[in-house]
Amino acid sequence: MEAKTKDLWVFIETNENGTPKNVGLELLGAGRGLADKQGGKLVGIVIGNTIDASVKAAAAYGADTVVAIEGKEFEHYTTDAYAKAMYYLVEKYCPTSILIGATTNGRDLGPRLSCRLKTGLTADCTSLAIDDETGNVAWTRPAFGGNLMATILCPDHRPQIGTVRPGVFKKAVPDEARAAEVIREDFHVAPEAIRTELLEVIKEAASDIVDLEGAEIIVSGGRGVGGPEGFKPIRELAEVLGATVGASRAAVDAGWIAHSHQVGQTGKTVGPKIYIACGISGAIQHLAGMSGSKTIIAINKDETAPIFNIADYGVVGDLFEVLPVLTEEIRKLKA
Amino acid sequence: MNILVCVKQVPDTTEIRIDPVKNTLIRDGVPSIVNPFDAYALEAAARIKDSAPGTQIVLLSMGPDQAKSALKECLAVGGDKAYLVCDRAAAGSDTLATSYILSCAIKRLEELEGKFDIIFCGKQAIDGDTAQVGPEIAEHLDYPQVTYALETFLDGDRIKVKKEVEDGCEMIGVKMPCVITVTKPSFDPRYPTIKSKMAANRKEIAVLTAEDLTTLDRDRCGLKGSPTKVKKTFTPPVKSGGIKIHEESNADTAKKLFDTLVANGII
Repeated sequence: MEAKTKDLWVFIETNENGTPKNVGLELLGAGRGLADKQGGKLVGIVIGNTIDASVKAAAAYGADTVVAIEGKEFEHYTTDAYAKAMYYLVEKYCPTSILIGATTNGRDLGPRLSCRLKTGLTADCTSLAIDDETGNVAWTRPAFGGNLMATILCPDHRPQIGTVRPGVFKKAVPDEARAAEVIREDFHVAPEAIRTELLEVIKEAASDIVDLEGAEIIVSGGRGVGGPEGFKPIRELAEVLGATVGASRAAVDAGWIAHSHQVGQTGKTVGPKIYIACGISGAIQHLAGMSGSKTIIAINKDETAPIFNIADYGVVGDLFEVLPVLTEEIRKLKA
Repeated sequence: MNILVCVKQVPDTTEIRIDPVKNTLIRDGVPSIVNPFDAYALEAAARIKDSAPGTQIVLLSMGPDQAKSALKECLAVGGDKAYLVCDRAAAGSDTLATSYILSCAIKRLEELEGKFDIIFCGKQAIDGDTAQVGPEIAEHLDYPQVTYALETFLDGDRIKVKKEVEDGCEMIGVKMPCVITVTKPSFDPRYPTIKSKMAANRKEIAVLTAEDLTTLDRDRCGLKGSPTKVKKTFTPPVKSGGIKIHEESNADTAKKLFDTLVANGII
């Protein structure tokens, strides 16, 4: 497809209540500079049911224009409805570039859309730039379990599309007074064109929700915790910090904690502000899932553990004695 | 039921080391394995076969001749037949070209093996980590898809898929034929037995070349058919200058950690 504008689109994924997911707002922050360099507008794409909050947020977080599709059939994400809606919009306006958050839904939608458009898609990017020579988006992403970084270009096809890892880019400071041009598109998908059906939502109990990808602080335990009860000091530290509990594959495979807590290659990829690794040696599979964390604190008895190579704060000590003292100090600080 | 499972042979990325001098990946001597997520996909297929006897599981891979060894491993744990797409025309393909070639291979296999009810793929391969080929196969074939599947259940003329999402799970019903990509479930895939390994070793693996894929357009294969181009690769910068904290007692270590974190504005 030929680009019809120099615009850069950001897909603003919505929650079922119509509010925006964080990653869309982060990508508006990341997209501003790219759109300016491309010489086009920054456009927020909002699809959902009752989406006014997301449209408003897109404007507040920096979109020049918001294109919105609203309908009951978009309340819950389905591949068929969302791919059709996005394809309709791209056919109509064809921007130069599209950023999509690399969430469960974003990574389901991205390949479906790019394949329908017969264009290129770069997965799970952690760095974005405009290539000086060609003016294309330079998409940088990890591969080989984080051992290798690759910078990818999509020179001859438009739009160029990437999914971008949540938590990597910062949201701009919102300006609630900021106005954006809002284009509402009347587009609907017939029920029979949606070939999947949501039968049941199995929400974990509020206390069991493990939103590792969205967490600002994660406290993780590994083989060094020794057993299920070894997660107690980890949970206590997590509680005073308002953190989410993570785990290495060793702890999950041993059956000490549910797989939904697993960070790493066969678990979740995370990018919190603070990652506290307790009793985790730092196998490459684990590092692949958490090396993008802003500040890494590692607590391990073994001074030679590879986790210390990537830790900002490497603490050599027994987690069962270090954590309770640390937890108590933080509790006093917060009191 | 007639099930296809897509399998990729990958280097064991946990064995990859960085050359400290040249700062490049050392791939020599790194063992090749069945992509772990594809093993989970095969297990999902095998479980359907357990519940619906008479089910056929066909395996499809694309890669060099040595990928046959990955297919043999899969034949030993539930696969009935295996095909390898092996052609220089496929070299250098990105996900769009790869999924296109695989979709042409699937169309060809359906002439030989009958229509597939379910096409299972691993959620992603651990070398490329893109998670794109499964959904792109679904798009080429215009099939519905469910990604991030933990478990699948036969339910009349549809499949019920337990799908992992950010805040729990969903049960999704999907009509067949469909593509399902599988993530790590809470159970381990089954192991081969000596008998099943021997039987797998005796099986022929049919090789398909570009010639055999009658619908294939060569312009959509390889580098030519790939919209994305790799500009450069590099090893990630190593974090340096980390602070080590190791005091006489664990309590002192904890206190020093706390003071350091407060002083640096971390907490």
